[in-house]
Amino acid sequence: MRDEATFRVKAGLAEMLKGGVIMDVVTPEQAKVAEDSGAAAVMALERVPADIRRDGGVARMSDPEMIAGIQQAVSIPVMAKARIGHFMEARVLAALEVDYVDESEVLTPADEANHIDKWDFKVPFVCGATNLGEALRRIGEGAAMIRSKGEAGTGDIVEAVRHMRQITGEIRRLATLGADEAASAAKELRAPLDLVRDVAREGRLPVVLFCAGGIATPADAALMMALGAEGVFVGSGIFKAEDPPTRARAIVEATTHWQDPERVAKASRGLGPAMVSIESSKLESDQLLAQRGW
Amino acid sequence: MTDAAPEKPVVGVLALQGGFEAHERMLRSLGATTRQVRVPADLEGLDGLVLPGGESTTMTLGVERESLAEPLRALAARGTPILGSCAGLIMLDTDHLGLMDFRAERNAFGRQIRSFESDVDVRGLEGGPVRGIFIRAPWITEHGPGVEILGEVDGHAVAARQADMFAVAFHAELGHDDRIHRLFLSRVAAVAA
Repeated sequence: MRDEATFRVKAGLAEMLKGGVIMDVVTPEQAKVAEDSGAAAVMALERVPADIRRDGGVARMSDPEMIAGIQQAVSIPVMAKARIGHFMEARVLAALEVDYVDESEVLTPADEANHIDKWDFKVPFVCGATNLGEALRRIGEGAAMIRSKGEAGTGDIVEAVRHMRQITGEIRRLATLGADEAASAAKELRAPLDLVRDVAREGRLPVVLFCAGGIATPADAALMMALGAEGVFVGSGIFKAEDPPTRARAIVEATTHWQDPERVAKASRGLGPAMVSIESSKLESDQLLAQRGW
Repeated sequence: MTDAAPEKPVVGVLALQGGFEAHERMLRSLGATTRQVRVPADLEGLDGLVLPGGESTTMTLGVERESLAEPLRALAARGTPILGSCAGLIMLDTDHLGLMDFRAERNAFGRQIRSFESDVDVRGLEGGPVRGIFIRAPWITEHGPGVEILGEVDGHAVAARQADMFAVAFHAELGHDDRIHRLFLSRVAAVAA
């Protein structure tokens, strides 16, 4: 008996990306550089978050022509972003046979009340979260992978740290609760009770947890792995830096060897300047991408 | 020391990138001690080795960066049992580490949207078919006489054995069926003794 697109198959791909770096790319050439530098997957998008921030305007799903070019250029999984709630963009991406859809706050939200019903798709979804309740709501909607949101396009790690600590801290607290306290916790987290029970029992999310939003250096990547990320997304941090291939290889190396500071030190040498960064705390509240989605 | 408990076998799991933790969980549940392998020194004294799923291009670059290819070949040459799943199967083939005498086609079943679960009859395993989880999975296209094909899906070879090396195109480490790992650990115990 054969079954396609079961949840195990969807969540299983994320399991295979663990310990890896998923890199934002905007051209087939960048995708090739990412693959040759050891990326576990690429995220195809029209503009990296730093440019979306700079240019303003509505940020949408990428041109299918560009996505197809990237799929031709590399053999590793290709992910692409759809706007929050824009199930039609997601259907287009599924028709293009991307390997994962990122329902992403980096793009301008299309629906202020509803995220995409991700159970409706054969293609798996990754979604951002700033806390455990948000993560479990997305999993309840069918997400097969979660990434902490951070603050994309800043090169500032502080929001990524905040979100990862929030999620892992709330997981640890759930694990200390008695069975009769789960329903109350689910109400507080505004999360499905069965998922809350599952997290309390297992002490981890039922899907893989990556980190995104603000990683600019090998030490940033290693920090997030030490805080409980199972892998990292790097957006503007690579192709907005001066020497992308060298920086990409270094971040891959630091993500693998995060437990060994000597290796992280070695990987960090001679990379040239990092991306031009913005302090998250200096951003106006309407410029904060992590607040999009709920 | 006849009354001492037998030492647990130590099984290494290549941990450059990929699904290494799921393999570790399954191996530990079956009584093995596991060790994550990232550098050649991690291979010292292993009784068995697992090459997990993941991205074979990422792993290949990692093996080069860490100069792991020769130490891995030496480990295999000593007869150490090895199990590779999905990308691990690719790593074992003649175009990669060359530990087993077959060639694999990457992503042979298609992109993620065509990933699937299927029952697989695996020769030598009792208790009915294994539930194979195939994720952007490869298959074996051709093989030498020393390789025994243990299972097929849609007429394509997805499980193979050569001496004490095992390769499966599916993820035996996901889900609850641990019979592939039991078979592998039975060879680990036999070779260690």
